[in-house]
Formats: sequence, C-alpha cells, structure tokens
Amino acid sequence: MTASAPAEAPRQARSRSVSRRNACEARAGLLLATPFLLLFSVFTAWPVLQSMFMSFTDTRIRDIRTPFAVNFVAFDNYAQALSDPVFLRAALNTAIFVVVGVPLTMAAGLAAAVALDKGITRFRGVFRMGFYTPVVTSIVAVAVVWRFLLEPDRGLVNNVLAWVGIDGPNWLGDTRTSLLSLIIMAVWRNFGTSMIIFLAGLQSVPWSLHEAAMLDGASPWQRFWNVTLPILRPTLLFVMVTTTIGYLQFFEEPFVMTQGGPLNSTLSASMYTYQQFGFGNYGLAGAMAYLTFIVIVIVTIIQFRVTRES
Amino acid sequence: MMQRTRARLWLYIVLTIMLLVVMTPFIWMVLGSLKGQGELLRVPPTWLPENPSLDNFSRLFDRLTFGRYFFNSTFVAVCVTAGNLLFCSMLGYALAHLNFPGKKIIFGAVMGTLMIPGLVVFIPQFVLVVNLGLADSLAALILPFLVGPFGVFLMRQFFLGLPRDLLEAGRIDGASELGIFFRVYLPLAGPAMATLGILTFLASWNNFLWPLVVAATERTYTLPVALALVSTGQNQTDYGLLLAGACVVVLPILLVFLFFQRFFIEGIASTGIK
Repeated sequence: MTASAPAEAPRQARSRSVSRRNACEARAGLLLATPFLLLFSVFTAWPVLQSMFMSFTDTRIRDIRTPFAVNFVAFDNYAQALSDPVFLRAALNTAIFVVVGVPLTMAAGLAAAVALDKGITRFRGVFRMGFYTPVVTSIVAVAVVWRFLLEPDRGLVNNVLAWVGIDGPNWLGDTRTSLLSLIIMAVWRNFGTSMIIFLAGLQSVPWSLHEAAMLDGASPWQRFWNVTLPILRPTLLFVMVTTTIGYLQFFEEPFVMTQGGPLNSTLSASMYTYQQFGFGNYGLAGAMAYLTFIVIVIVTIIQFRVTRES
Repeated sequence: MMQRTRARLWLYIVLTIMLLVVMTPFIWMVLGSLKGQGELLRVPPTWLPENPSLDNFSRLFDRLTFGRYFFNSTFVAVCVTAGNLLFCSMLGYALAHLNFPGKKIIFGAVMGTLMIPGLVVFIPQFVLVVNLGLADSLAALILPFLVGPFGVFLMRQFFLGLPRDLLEAGRIDGASELGIFFRVYLPLAGPAMATLGILTFLASWNNFLWPLVVAATERTYTLPVALALVSTGQNQTDYGLLLAGACVVVLPILLVFLFFQRFFIEGIASTGIK
C-alpha cells in the first residue's frame, strides 16, 4: 500500500492527460464534421425525411409555403401509383432498360478493358481517353447531336445504313425503335465508366496464372473464362450494382431526347415521377420516388446474395 | 509469333473502328457547328464544311448572351468544387483518424444516402429553396451541392491509407489537432483531392435538371439550361446554332479532362476497387 502510493500520482496525471487529449480529439473531430453536417442536414437528410412524410400526405403545389398543413392519407399515394397504368408502363420500360442496358454496358466496358489491358501496348492512352469521352460530356449537348444523327432522312446513321442497302427506321419516332435507340445511346455514354473500373480490376489478375494456363494449352478464350473472369468477380459485382442503380433512375435520355414519347414508349419511372412533380402532385411524386428507392434496395440486395452464393 | 502479330493487328483495327464510332458524334458536332443552315439541311449530309465559318458561335455570344451563361456555369462549378474539397476532406479525415461521439452514426447516415435516388430529395429541396427565398439565385444552384456523400467516402478511404504515426508525431511535437489536419494530412491528400475535384467539377458543369427547374431567368441560366431551352424553343430548327451551343458546353470540359485525365482515371479506378 505504502509502496504504491508515490506511483499513484504520476499515473493519475497520465490518465488525466490522456482524458484531456481524448476530449481534445473529440472536440476537433466534431469541429471538422460540423460544416459538412450542417449543410448535409439541411439539404440532404432533412429533404429525405420530408419527402417520406410528403409521400403519406396529399401535398400539392399550393401547399409549398405551408408544407405541414396537409392531410395524412396513409398509403393512398402508393396505391394510386401502383394502380396507374401509365406508371406501370413506365416501370416496365425502366425494367427493359435495365435488363438490356446493364449487360450491354458491362460487356462493352469489359471488352474494351481486356483489349486495352493485355492486347495492345501502343496508343493505349488514346483509346482509353476516347472511350471515356462520352462519360464527361453534358447530356444536353449529346442530345442535340444524337437527335440530329438519328433523323430519319438527313441523319448520318440512316445515310450510313443506306450505303449497305438498309432502309433505316425513324429511330426516335417509331415506338418499336425508340427505347432501343435510348438504350444504345446510354451504352455509348456509360461504357467508359465500367471500362475504367474493369481496367483497374484487371491489374489484380496475376500474369503468372495466365502463363500457367498457357502452358496447359488453354486458348485465350478459355483463359478469359477460367482465369480472368473468376478473379474479376468483385469488380463485376461492383460495376453491376452501380450501373443498375444508375439505370433504375433512367431519366436524362428520355427527358432530353423524346420527353417519354412516342406513346409513352420511352417513359421511365423517374421521368413520370418528374412529370407528376411538374403537375404539382408532390405527395404522389414523393411516393413514386420512394418506390424507385425501394426497388433499388431490393435489387441491390438480390445482386449481392446471388453473386455471393454462386 | 506471326500469328500473335496478326491477331494484334486485327485488335488495333477493331479498336480503331470502335473509337471512330464512339467519337463520331463529337466530330460531327464540331464540323457541323462550322456549317451554314443550308448545308446542314442537305441530303445526303456533307462531312467537311464547304465554307467553314464561326458565324454560329458569334450569334450564340452576341444574340443569346452565352458569355453570361458561361460565367454562371464556371462560377457555380468552382464554388461547388471548393466546398466539396474542403468540407468532405474535413469530415473524411475526422472519420478516418479521430474518435468523437456519434462517429458511427454519422458515417452510416452519410453513406446511406449514396443509394437514395436524386428525385427523392428533389421536391423537398425545391420547396426549401423557395421558402428560403433563394429561388432563381446562383446560391440555390450551389448550396444543395456543396457537400456530398461520395466525397466523404473518397476522402475517408484515402486518409485511412495514410499512417496514423503522423498524427502521433504531430501530437508529440505539440501541434494542435486542427493543425495536424491542415498542415500534415491535407497537404498529402493531393491525388485524392485532384480526383474529387475533377469529378465534382464535371458533375456540376453537366448538372442540368436542378438548374433547369430553379433558374427562372437569363441571369441565373447555366450553359446546359440555356442549350436545353434553345433546343426546345423558337430556335430549335437552327441546327448550326444548336451544334455550336453543344460545342460551347462540351469543349471546355473536354479540355479540363484532357489536362487532368491521369488523376482522373486513376482516381475513379481506386474508388472502384476499394
């Protein structure tokens, strides 16, 4: 007892200084977090909660100054959205866009990445940059150019098709080709992103595995399927999830190219949600936006489950 | 060996064709912006302009005040980028290296919003901006984008990769906590800041739905808004004007991209794998 008494004082002092330092660290942490948290609470967190609240009320544009003096309508907006044939059509269009567009985007990105990674040595940077260019350009500018290229008579696409004797359709004006045109445009605009991520993922495929496979007489195609793809699986999952999340919110292409037409053939769920906002049906639009969010969460969970199991 | 060389040659040919197809809209845009209306309406279309002139561009800047929109776009993008760089790196560092109350909740809440569709927050943000009296102001185009979850994610990942020893060393030297962040860690964050900066600048420059709804007069239009309005307004069949407008929107950002592309591509790749 008596022996430990002199040792007690410095230990206390040390623990005091540790706790003072911890308090100091906590204060610095909070201080550094504050500006972000203020802006984030006001412009993101609060709106997320408010739109959830809105989706359960009959909020309309006239309530804009008094967003809380509205009637609670429980799940009416959700029921209305799900029984609206136009919304269901929009959901179907979105589903087609995702189911066709995501694999095409990934395949184009992966093909470009594999070709640039091992196939060639010179001009790699030029190709990489060229393929990525559509990603960095404004959709509004892209739309101006693409509408022009896709015009039935004057457009470059149909003139090129005419060289090989094909009578090109009225791409954006025909219900049979309008959604397809937007899918092709989206693949063009987005495959550069997946290419870049695949290129990074390919760095983790060791060349020694390819050499071993080559010694066993594997063809390039077999090596791709049995060496490259399995190692690339986490990257594939990441690209699939992020591309799907993006494509489920398919909005800009129809908005700038077709306004959802002709005959709703390119109307997407987000596009219709935005139209409801434009009509002043804020509650209904909020419910539709949350339905998209729910689908995003479910699809993401399924993708993680399925790829983990197989 | 012979076979390998031939395969490689084919690959170059295929890649070159792909590159041409991908770049065609841009080539077409630039060439078309130099043509007159008569030439643009011709069937079949011409490739090279017969009498190249900058007439479309001068109409864009003289008659339609595209200079003003150019300034607005640049100003908004610079402010948004600066905000993200500063605030996201501050929080990212705090989340990576400091202990403070509520840390886990903050991280969870911020990352949780990464998956939320833009349209979910769109309407309340619009209501908020109107009620704050900010409608049709440049502030309304800046404030909602001043911080974002992606920046925090990126900066936190980066700071986690820097050794904690720097922090301990700084403390032993008697530096303040904030001093350690601003003088030790932040100067090391160049690559991550470059990536975040370019990505944010791009996103802001190309952002168009929010400004289209919030900007109501020519005073606050950004370039994409102006171009969208021209392409649906009374000039919508003035193809030369539209293509020149598309050039003005696309070419500056393309130059920025060319200049920074090394950081850019490495940065996207690193957020992709982690």
